[in-house]
Amino acid sequence: MTRLAITSIGPASSVQDGGRFGAQRYGLTPSGAMDRLRLAAANCLAGNALFAPAIEIGPYGAAFKARGGAVRVAMAGASRSAEIAGRTVAWDTSVTIADGETLKLGIAQGGAFSYLAIEGGFLGEPMFGSFSVNARVGLGSPFPRPLQAGDELSVAAASARPERRIDLPAAAAGPIRVALGPQNDEFGDYAISLFLDSEWKISATSDRMGYRLEGPVIKHLHGHNIVSDGTVNGSIQIPGNGQPIVLMSDRGTSGGYPKIATVITADFGRFAQVPAGTAFRFKAVSMEEAQAEARKFAELLRALPDRLTSIESFDLNVEALQDANVAGVAVSAVDARTWHADVLMPD
Amino acid sequence: MAAPLSPPRLLPSGDSAITVEFSRKIDDDANRRVLALDRTMTQEPIAGVSETVPTYRSLLVHYDPTQIDFATLGQKLVELALRPVPKSEKARHWRVPVAYGGEHGVDLEDVAKTLGTTADDIVARHVAGDYRVAMIGFSPGWSYLSGLHDFLHMSRRQNPRLLTPAGTISIGGVQTGIQCIAGPSGWHLLGCTPVRTYHLHRDPIFLLEPGDRVKFYVIDDKTFAELDRAAERGETIAELVAA
Repeated sequence: MTRLAITSIGPASSVQDGGRFGAQRYGLTPSGAMDRLRLAAANCLAGNALFAPAIEIGPYGAAFKARGGAVRVAMAGASRSAEIAGRTVAWDTSVTIADGETLKLGIAQGGAFSYLAIEGGFLGEPMFGSFSVNARVGLGSPFPRPLQAGDELSVAAASARPERRIDLPAAAAGPIRVALGPQNDEFGDYAISLFLDSEWKISATSDRMGYRLEGPVIKHLHGHNIVSDGTVNGSIQIPGNGQPIVLMSDRGTSGGYPKIATVITADFGRFAQVPAGTAFRFKAVSMEEAQAEARKFAELLRALPDRLTSIESFDLNVEALQDANVAGVAVSAVDARTWHADVLMPD
Repeated sequence: MAAPLSPPRLLPSGDSAITVEFSRKIDDDANRRVLALDRTMTQEPIAGVSETVPTYRSLLVHYDPTQIDFATLGQKLVELALRPVPKSEKARHWRVPVAYGGEHGVDLEDVAKTLGTTADDIVARHVAGDYRVAMIGFSPGWSYLSGLHDFLHMSRRQNPRLLTPAGTISIGGVQTGIQCIAGPSGWHLLGCTPVRTYHLHRDPIFLLEPGDRVKFYVIDDKTFAELDRAAERGETIAELVAA
């Protein structure tokens, strides 16, 4: 049996997929990847279904060792340094870890979460149709908890097809877009302007349940208790201390604080990637614009496979470059993208 | 002739969900309308709606904006919400065992002191209640019950606890509740039930539905221990009784 051993991994790293839906009425939150686009990109590279289970890696580094055979993996999301046995591996590509070799990933740069998908997936038992870890509830597979060094996944052996890269559109810059509501009428004009016009930072105490924001105090018109009602990914609650909490993938299914606004679907993953301590702003958009962006986002996901290109003869090129180095030719070579122009095969 | 129903408020919860709000307060009539709309949407599904989440006074409707837009769905929801609410709902009635006080309900004595009575009196009043599952939320199986007697209304704790036990029966504000898995709570802990309202390895996984009726009865520590083992094995424990 081929296995992928996790030889080191930081906190906030867990198996996640598209999430478990349908039981929010019983208090069971969907969980699932914080950045669905990047999960889908990693799976697309690995040849898997877009929302198949993958490893969501938190801000710190990680290392994965292939045992009992070669394992093909694919990486997307917050970029990191990546290397196998001293060879650098490009981000947003698939790569095959030979039996006994280790893929080492550095810390996340310019984001919080990266995704490591495994070609053919790994063994586990879906719970409510999902492998996603929900540690508070003890759900998730193969481990109902965050990943730890020493964990092993039973995986498929790597296929013989060429490695691939994916060209994602550049991450949108600019403010995180929100649609006001459902309880924006619990706030006066001044409080809403303050919320929209201020700079915010994500607190270090944030997690997959919610991101706590630091900034000016947002005051309520009628106090901070409402009768609990339903929540969505991106609900922005204002609790008693006036510091917003944005509800994330492991949110409670209901909450009793007024929700001033909701992060739009198209920006949720981008928001999830804002590193703690980095300043950002919100911007309100109309429902029409939010829904038009949601449809564009769905189309982007649907068309991800069109963004794949093959990296042919990867290994041959590594040998060619090593030969060149031996021969004293200066080649700094280390990003699969360097070779891409020469070796790209028409699809 | 019954007064015409007032239309609910449609509150956008982002681009993929609508909160259909019938009241701003905890209100049994509003909750009946929530559950009636929820049932209607099960019986007559609207294309593009993925999931509905009933709460005390609103129904959260999750939908796919690539299939239906806010205005179109909102109009349909208002139409459905204005249909008359069936008078006699066929609710299921449950009897749920509770071990009150001691290690099972660490706040019982304090609640009695605060309300100027004895622990036995608090238990008697809590057991006398005929409760209704108004909503299930926050964490799996956490069932919020309406129908708590005025005498037991108490504001929540100043300092919420970060961890309260699985099975906790507690009171907070005008509500009482059954908590299934261990977690944070700001309510006052009166007792514990061995009943699992959520059990992954049991059919059904979730025991209670919004709209169900619940009555509690007292068990001692020894019975609690026995029933707890049976519940862990996947037995229901709670009894369905004829209405």
